[in-house]
Amino acid sequence: MSIHIDQSSCVGCRSCVEVCPGNLIHINSEHKAEIKRPEDCWGCASCLKECRFNAVAYYLGADVGGRGALMRVHTEGDLSHWIITKPNSESITITVDRKQANKY
Amino acid sequence: MTCSLKLNEVVADVLILGGGTAGCYAAITLARKNPNLRIVILEKANIKRSGCLAAGVNAINAYITDGYSVDEYVEYVRWDAAKIIRDDLVRSMALRFNRIAGDLEQMGLVFLKDANGNYVSRGRRNVKINGENIKPILAKETQKYENIKVYNHVNATDLILKDGRVVGAVGFAVEFPERYLIHARAVLIACGGASGLYRPNNPGFSRHKMWYSPFNVGSGYAMGIRAGAEMTSLEMRFVAQRCKDVIAPTGTIALGVGAKEINCLGECYSERYGLSTSGRAHGATNEALEGRGPCYLKTVGVTKEQEDDLLKAYLNMAPAQTLRWLESGRRPRLCNVEFEGSEPYVVGGHTGSGFWVDVDRRATVPRLYAAGDVVGGAPKKFVTGALAEGEIAAEAILADISDDPDELDLSPNPDAEKKFEEYQMALEPKAFFLYDLTQLEEAMQKVMDVYAGGISPAYRYNARQLDMASDQIRQLEEIINLAHVDDMNELLRFYELKDRLLLCRALIAHMNERHETRWPGFGVNTDFPKVDKKWEVFVNSVFTDNEFKMILRQLNPGEDTYEYSH
Repeated sequence: MSIHIDQSSCVGCRSCVEVCPGNLIHINSEHKAEIKRPEDCWGCASCLKECRFNAVAYYLGADVGGRGALMRVHTEGDLSHWIITKPNSESITITVDRKQANKY
Repeated sequence: MTCSLKLNEVVADVLILGGGTAGCYAAITLARKNPNLRIVILEKANIKRSGCLAAGVNAINAYITDGYSVDEYVEYVRWDAAKIIRDDLVRSMALRFNRIAGDLEQMGLVFLKDANGNYVSRGRRNVKINGENIKPILAKETQKYENIKVYNHVNATDLILKDGRVVGAVGFAVEFPERYLIHARAVLIACGGASGLYRPNNPGFSRHKMWYSPFNVGSGYAMGIRAGAEMTSLEMRFVAQRCKDVIAPTGTIALGVGAKEINCLGECYSERYGLSTSGRAHGATNEALEGRGPCYLKTVGVTKEQEDDLLKAYLNMAPAQTLRWLESGRRPRLCNVEFEGSEPYVVGGHTGSGFWVDVDRRATVPRLYAAGDVVGGAPKKFVTGALAEGEIAAEAILADISDDPDELDLSPNPDAEKKFEEYQMALEPKAFFLYDLTQLEEAMQKVMDVYAGGISPAYRYNARQLDMASDQIRQLEEIINLAHVDDMNELLRFYELKDRLLLCRALIAHMNERHETRWPGFGVNTDFPKVDKKWEVFVNSVFTDNEFKMILRQLNPGEDTYEYSH
C-alpha cells in the first residue's frame, strides 16, 4: 500500500508534502517530491487529490493483493475521474460526482 | 545542556492540540463566540488532511433520525458497550448530533436528501453523505476566523504545568530545527486515539494499511498520563471488522446492500454471538478458531447498479477496496467479500477508552480539557460526537477563563526547559546502537500481539502473559533513548514510539485489573473467561511515580453524576 510519484510529471510544488498526514513526502535534491518510507503510507489518497499535475499514483502492495495496477485521480470541477491502469495497459475509469452523496 | 533548536514562543488564550475533527470544531466554536480570543491549533500534519478522517468518511453514523430519540441512543450505546458507559457524556453528545450535522451541511458537506428535503437515513442512527472532503471543509471553516492561528507541522510532546494546573505545552517543528513553547490559559487535547500498539494485519510492506490512522499514535493519552490526568476503560480495546487485506469498512456493504455475515460453510452465524460490535467481532474470530473460517459478507447476487454504487462509495473513503476489486477481477457481485478482525486499537470514539472527564469535558487536571477519540466513557461518538465534544469543551473553556481574569504567567518554566534538553539529547550524535526506531516499534508490536491479546492468540491473554508484556515494554522504554535520531522527522517518530510504549504499559495495567471478559470480541481474559456482574464498574488509573495506580469507579446508570475530582 503506497504511492508512486512520477518524477517527470512532478513540478516540486510541495502540495503533496503539505497534506500528507504522516509527513512522509519530501522534496529531493532534484526538486521533485519523493516518499521517504513507502511502507509507512496509510493509503488515504490525500496526495493524489491534491496534485494538479497527476504525478501521484496509488497502488496496493503485493502483500494486500496488489498485482501491479496504478490508480490516479483527475479532478474536473465537481467530478473526480479515478483512472486505474493495469500492467497490460488495460484502463478502467470511474467518475464520482463529489456533489452527490453516497447511496450506501 | 542547551537546546540548539530555534525557540518560537507563542501566547494564546486557548491552545488546541490536534487539528482533527474535534480540534477544528472546538476552535470554530470558540472563534464564533468570542472574536477576540487568541486561539492556537498545533497540528503535526496539516489540518486540511490530518487525523483519522484524512481519507474521508462514508456516513454520519451518529444521528437521531425521525422516530428515534436521544434516550434510545443512550440505551443503544449502553447495550453495545455491555453497560460500561457514562450516561451524562453520551447524552450530552446525542443532544447535539442533529444540529451539528446541520452545521456541517452549512459548511458545504453534501447530504443525501429525500423529496421533502429531509436527510436520507442508513439505519436508525445514520444518514448518508459524501464525506470525501470533510477535512478540507472543516479546515476551510477554521481558516475563516482571524483569531484562529494554525501551526501546521508542529508536534506537541508535553503539557506544561505550574502549581498543579496546565499552563501550556511544548513541541517542535517536524521539518525545521525549531522548538515551540506555547503559553495558554486553557489547553484542549484532541489528538485522537491510538493505532500501532499491536502487530497489524499486514506486518510487511503494507504495515500501515490499517483501519485507524497510523499517525494517530495516542500522544494525547500519553501527554495526559504524564501530566497525572485520570484515564478510564483503556482495557475496552476496539477490534474492527474489516474487508480482508485492504482493511476497508464492512458497514458500507452490510448496511448498504444488506449483505449478511456468513462463515465458509455459508451459514449465517451472527445470532449465536449477539449483534453488538463486540459480539460480531467475537463471532468471526470464533468461527475461524473452530474451523469454519474465513467469514464473508454475502454479496454474490447484488445487482450491477448496486455494485457500481459500492465501487463509488469506497472511492470516497477507502479507495484501496475499489482498486482491489477492479485489479483482482473478484468484484462483489461475483465473489463474497472476505473480512477479518483488525489488531486492537485504543480509541474513545468507538469504545470507551480515554480521559476521565466531567460532563463539560474537563479532565482531572485543572485547565485541561479533552474532546473526540481521546475522551473515555462515551463510546459510539463517531464524527458528530467528536464535533459535539469539541463544542462542549469550547463552551466550558469560555466559561472557565472568563471567570479568571489573571494574565498569563510567562516566567521561565523548569519543566519546559527540561523537555527542550531532552529534545537536544535525542538529537545528539550517539554511540553505536544496533536498533533503529522501526526495529523497536516492531519489537513493541510483537510483544503486545503475543502477550497482550493481539491477533495471533485470537485476542486472548492471561495475567502471566500480561506481566511478561509489561516487563518487555519497560525494557524497550529503557533502550529507546539509545536510538539514533537524525533529523526532526526522526524526532517525531522517536516521540511517537515513546508515547506508544507508555500507553502500552497503561493498557496492560488496565487489562490486568479487570478480572472478567466483558467484550469477548475485543479480548478474552482466559483467567476469567465469563462476564461478571461484580465488574460493572469503571477501571480507571492515574500515573504516579512511574506506576499506574488503579481506581474503580461506580456506574450510575440513568444518573448524571459521577465521581470526579480535580
